Amino acid sequence: MTVLPENQNTWTVAQTANAVQSGDVSAETVATRALEAIAWLNPKVNAFTDVLVDRALSDAQAVDKALAGGASLPLAGVPFAAKNLYDIQGIATRAGSKINRENPAAAQDATIISKLTAAGAILVGATNMDEYAYGFTGENAHDGNSLNPHDTGRMTGGSSGGSGAAAASGMVPLALGSDTNGSIRVPAAFCGLFGLKPTYGRLSRHGAYLFCGSLDHAGPLARSTADLAQVFDILQGPDPDDPSQADKPALITAPELGKSIEGLKVRIAGGYFEQKMLPEARDAVSAVATALNADEIVDVPEAARARAAAYVITTAESSALHLDRIRKRPEDFDPDTRDRFISGAMVPAAWVQHAQRFRSWFRKQMLAIFETTDILIAPATPFHALPSGTKTVVLDGEELPARANIGLFTQPISFIGLPVVTVPIWLDGASLPIGVQIIAPPWREDLALRVAAYLEQKGVAAAPIAKLI
Amino acid sequence: MTEPFDEKAHVANMEKVMGLTIRDEWRSSVETNMAATAKAANALLAFPLADDEEAAPVFLP
Repeated sequence: MTVLPENQNTWTVAQTANAVQSGDVSAETVATRALEAIAWLNPKVNAFTDVLVDRALSDAQAVDKALAGGASLPLAGVPFAAKNLYDIQGIATRAGSKINRENPAAAQDATIISKLTAAGAILVGATNMDEYAYGFTGENAHDGNSLNPHDTGRMTGGSSGGSGAAAASGMVPLALGSDTNGSIRVPAAFCGLFGLKPTYGRLSRHGAYLFCGSLDHAGPLARSTADLAQVFDILQGPDPDDPSQADKPALITAPELGKSIEGLKVRIAGGYFEQKMLPEARDAVSAVATALNADEIVDVPEAARARAAAYVITTAESSALHLDRIRKRPEDFDPDTRDRFISGAMVPAAWVQHAQRFRSWFRKQMLAIFETTDILIAPATPFHALPSGTKTVVLDGEELPARANIGLFTQPISFIGLPVVTVPIWLDGASLPIGVQIIAPPWREDLALRVAAYLEQKGVAAAPIAKLI
Repeated sequence: MTEPFDEKAHVANMEKVMGLTIRDEWRSSVETNMAATAKAANALLAFPLADDEEAAPVFLP
């Protein structure tokens, strides 16, 4: 008999799958409860843009039938949500936009959704996001803002904001996001979740509506490291439909979590990563560093330029993708993204090419650091979740635009595609979580997950569900 | 690039080149965004790269 907490909202992926697989509860019952939770909680946080009642119940019944026939499904009956830039058969992939919802319904699920459902997971809905993934706030003029379950007056962070709100409120134990400059790591930090941005090229993006293909990653958000590892292991594998996926063997990470972290060389990212933050970000890094016995600081050279390069590539490449739409229908864009897409269409090619060449240079510097370092730690965001509508923040005495600077510390890392687990930290007396990035060398998600698991086991990192009243 | 970067002139020119429409109430925001991009690019371009520092696009023929 699987021992489950009374309230399904607190169940992890592993608890749910074990309970359903062992027959303690049916997938249909779990799906029904998840849909009831969505009906009750979603109006408070606006996480979902589509709730798939019929599909969820039908898929759950199919899982129950398969289990009755002797099937073994690693994610049996686990309800999950997917950012609404992933194709879901039968509905138009809106990617946070007004325009794209006029597109024909997707003919099939995105690859990573198919992988989860093949493992027995139940897709219950699509989640809110910044328009075309161009934002760090989780705010959207068309669908309304996703709200932080830990304080609904604050941002979820974005662009995978609805996914953050769905998992942090306990509507689902698992949500899929995507991350170009921080869009998994920021909502994980603001909503208090574990978030995995794998190595660039690791997971299939087939069926994802891209934002900036040079930098886009798919990945999960969950409330435990074990859940992230199990899901990551299932999501891996070659996809002939994704020309950008790297030709790398799968890395099975779940068995690695119990291993000791003794012998791992953990260092603190210095220089750029020690500036422009509020005390909570500094304290969170300090708490993680103390727990990991990390006291050595390593300077990351030219991180500010790395961020600048990511910024230039993102605005130019994404604006090129949307050029026809921004020419013909600018009034149909979210005002918060429209003006950036217009200016992004005006970027000289030489700037973009220099940024792409700088990416190669920066990769060499980071690989040199990882010759003697196993894990780098850095803040995920410079501050707790900001109150909705915040326009400016003061960092190191300088008044700066709030929105762009939410991703100050995530952008240089995803710029060269390093794998990162964001761990949620609750400082003493804090009413809001904050995140720390656990950064590993390319293709070593296992190391980041192992260290995150250690922090979770020691009680340094935790992802309790929000108590939404 | 020329210093200081004239975002108003650049936006006005590229608006025509790219066939874009910018309403009066959007223009200031577009110019601010263009100035931010130019500032980022300026920092990048000031960093010398060797001629053999290649970009790494993913393309497998």
